[in-house]
Amino acid sequence: MLLSIRSLTKTFPGTRALDAVDFDLRAGEVHALLGENGAGKSTLIKCLTGAYRRDGGTVMLDGAPIDPQSTAMAQELGIGTVYQEVNLLPNLTIAQNLMFGREPRRWGLIQGRAMRMQARATLAEYGLSLDVDRDLGTCSVAIQQIVAIARAVALSGKVLILDEPTASLDAAEVRMVFDVIRGLRDRGLGIVFVSHFLDQVFDLTDRVTVLRNGRRIVTEDTASLDRVRLIEHMLGRELEAATGHPSPDRVARPPMLDIRGLGRRGTIEPFDLAVGQGEVVGLAGLLGSGRTETAELLFGLLGAHSGGARDQAGPLDLRNPRAAVAAGFGFVPEERKTDGIVADLSVRENIALGLQARAGWARPIPRAQQNRLADDYIRRLDIRTAGREKRVGDLSGGNQQKVVLARWLAMNPRFLILDEPTRGIDVGAHAEIVRLIHGLVDQGMSLLVISSEIDELIAVSDRVIVLRDRRHVAELTGTDIAPDRIMRAIAATGKAA
Amino acid sequence: MNTRALPLYVTVGIFLLAYLVFWLQFPNILSTRVIGNLLTDNAYLGIVAVGMTLVILGGGIDLSVGSVIAFSGVFIAVLLRDAGLHPLAVFALLLLLTTAFGAGMGFLIDRLAMPAFIVTLAGMFLARGAAYILSIDSVPIQHPFYDTLQGAYWLMPGKGRLTLIGVAMVLIVVLGMIVAHKTRFGASVYALGGGEAAARLMGVRQGRTTVMVYAFSGAMAGLAGIVFSIYTGSGYSLATVGTELTAIAAVVIGGTLLTGGAGYMFGTFVGVLTMGLIQTYIVFDGSLSSWWTKIVVGILLLAFILLQKGLLKLSRMRLARGAA
Repeated sequence: MLLSIRSLTKTFPGTRALDAVDFDLRAGEVHALLGENGAGKSTLIKCLTGAYRRDGGTVMLDGAPIDPQSTAMAQELGIGTVYQEVNLLPNLTIAQNLMFGREPRRWGLIQGRAMRMQARATLAEYGLSLDVDRDLGTCSVAIQQIVAIARAVALSGKVLILDEPTASLDAAEVRMVFDVIRGLRDRGLGIVFVSHFLDQVFDLTDRVTVLRNGRRIVTEDTASLDRVRLIEHMLGRELEAATGHPSPDRVARPPMLDIRGLGRRGTIEPFDLAVGQGEVVGLAGLLGSGRTETAELLFGLLGAHSGGARDQAGPLDLRNPRAAVAAGFGFVPEERKTDGIVADLSVRENIALGLQARAGWARPIPRAQQNRLADDYIRRLDIRTAGREKRVGDLSGGNQQKVVLARWLAMNPRFLILDEPTRGIDVGAHAEIVRLIHGLVDQGMSLLVISSEIDELIAVSDRVIVLRDRRHVAELTGTDIAPDRIMRAIAATGKAA
Repeated sequence: MNTRALPLYVTVGIFLLAYLVFWLQFPNILSTRVIGNLLTDNAYLGIVAVGMTLVILGGGIDLSVGSVIAFSGVFIAVLLRDAGLHPLAVFALLLLLTTAFGAGMGFLIDRLAMPAFIVTLAGMFLARGAAYILSIDSVPIQHPFYDTLQGAYWLMPGKGRLTLIGVAMVLIVVLGMIVAHKTRFGASVYALGGGEAAARLMGVRQGRTTVMVYAFSGAMAGLAGIVFSIYTGSGYSLATVGTELTAIAAVVIGGTLLTGGAGYMFGTFVGVLTMGLIQTYIVFDGSLSSWWTKIVVGILLLAFILLQKGLLKLSRMRLARGAA
């Protein structure tokens, strides 16, 4: 066994990111590491590359225990990493990037010719013949990734960790990078491959390990793995409390919003979406399938290249978030800490923020009104806080999420987008948020809910749209909204949806 | 062709074109006398611009150098007047001081993660203030060794004088080229200017490199101060106000990207000469106000910034097309 990890544990304040995870990597295999956001993939990788120190467990490389404390140290030990981006320097030439820190020198001066020759020789091993004097920034992303891989292999040479290396490549470029990876596997390297493109995982890897909520769920040979079961492992399926579908019969709803052909090249294929008043539409799909992008397009965070939206009164302007808010839209983003709350402001200020932004800076909302507003929502949403003047950053995740919700509810939107509303929230608050969602619908608000947790989607949605590879591929209603149906739709390969 | 080198070619092209145009009007401008004076008059600027180039390549800025030059002049003059040391000993002391001063600023910039702009702005006031404390008045330098230094020149064919300080500048430019393009330190500087996160991933020791960059700039400012004191024969605390900005202008006109990571040391040399050439032309013409220098430099700066933006856009477009 090349790399052997036993009961690796890493704890951050409030969360256990890795909980006694075992992981084995053989020499000469490509091992996929899969999991949704927060599963612990990146924590595991960072523990291996020395970016984090582990709290417990052992890591053995070639039979000897290791404890890398920096990226440089991990490299010396033999563990190299290539990230999705920011690996190399676009302003240096290919040769400079490849040979950086190992330039051949004489009397302290870099020997340019020898450096270029070595760089060409290194690239020739990968079947590439390039002008090594070109600036790396002028090369295609695939070439940049291969140069990054070549550099990582030259520096370390035992274990290669590829963290979403294909996320910004097109199909031909992916093949090119895969050929390089297969070549390295045949040379006996152990390769950890992180990706959320399942097709690529089945195409390239020998074994798969799935992480969820910081635990290892399963390790299996890719060849014997069933797609649907893999997705079950990734998304989890504990249907202990079958909350059931809220209202499977309510079908005839007055239409509220009609979206036609909305799309953005390279981000999401054009899609149609009609939302009725008081309807909850769920978006299901794996990480990177285009769920969040759909929401960002609707809210004007991303500019659309085609299509548009209209309601009963006529076309809607959704060119930017401000216009979307004016159209009665709201958006509770996935990254609560960075995009949702303003951590250093108080609960009151966070709740009043949206209303104040709409009113404009020239018309401050009177303090008394802000107090009323804050107290009202603290009571209605049961926000556990020492008071309305408490710093939001000091609240727990669930209560922070309620503050963000309160901000939008105060503006009384007709269409609210919730991106992973229960991410990183403890179980109790989780149920409360779901209850809140039901309450909103009863008031006639329309919702778009994005969630990785299928049970949650089933519990709240009237209709579920399934996304795969940046495309809306299926729509499920009524009794079709069931875990196995959703997973089958996610798992289906290109042909049948 | 590499788009990276294009600004350098443009710089050289503009310089040659300007020289040609001026030569058509005043054939004497091509004499070795003018060329010798061009080097002598801009020696201190060229030296300080070498330091500035390295700083800017690394993604920083050093606003203290003008004040450091003034401080150096006063420091030398006062020490020669009062302490009775040999000029060479004073030079060594001064270079030690300005290098340490630069290193200190680099240390603060790195450790406190402060913008270089603010730290070196503080350094600028500090150095200028220190110069005032040493002397408010202009202090003449009288020392036989200085007379030797000032009188040292090589007579070129055509009676042009290649002075010691002119040669010093050319040598410093060569040194700068070696440091920037031929050493691992220089490669680290380019890496930092290209992107700190990636540079760290590639193993650049950011703290050490930052300190060394500003120490180098401090040393160059001290050396420029020595050259300036030889050039003027005095030390004055009000001298070289705004020289840091002139040096930055020379660097940018020389084709170095103001955001760091791309540029050539030789370009800075040509940038300095271009600015000197404009000044020479104004002197030749005789009827133009010397403020025209500033106007032309301003226009050139603007043109180069636009050129760099345009090139950046062009290479992005080409990349997008290549990827599609």
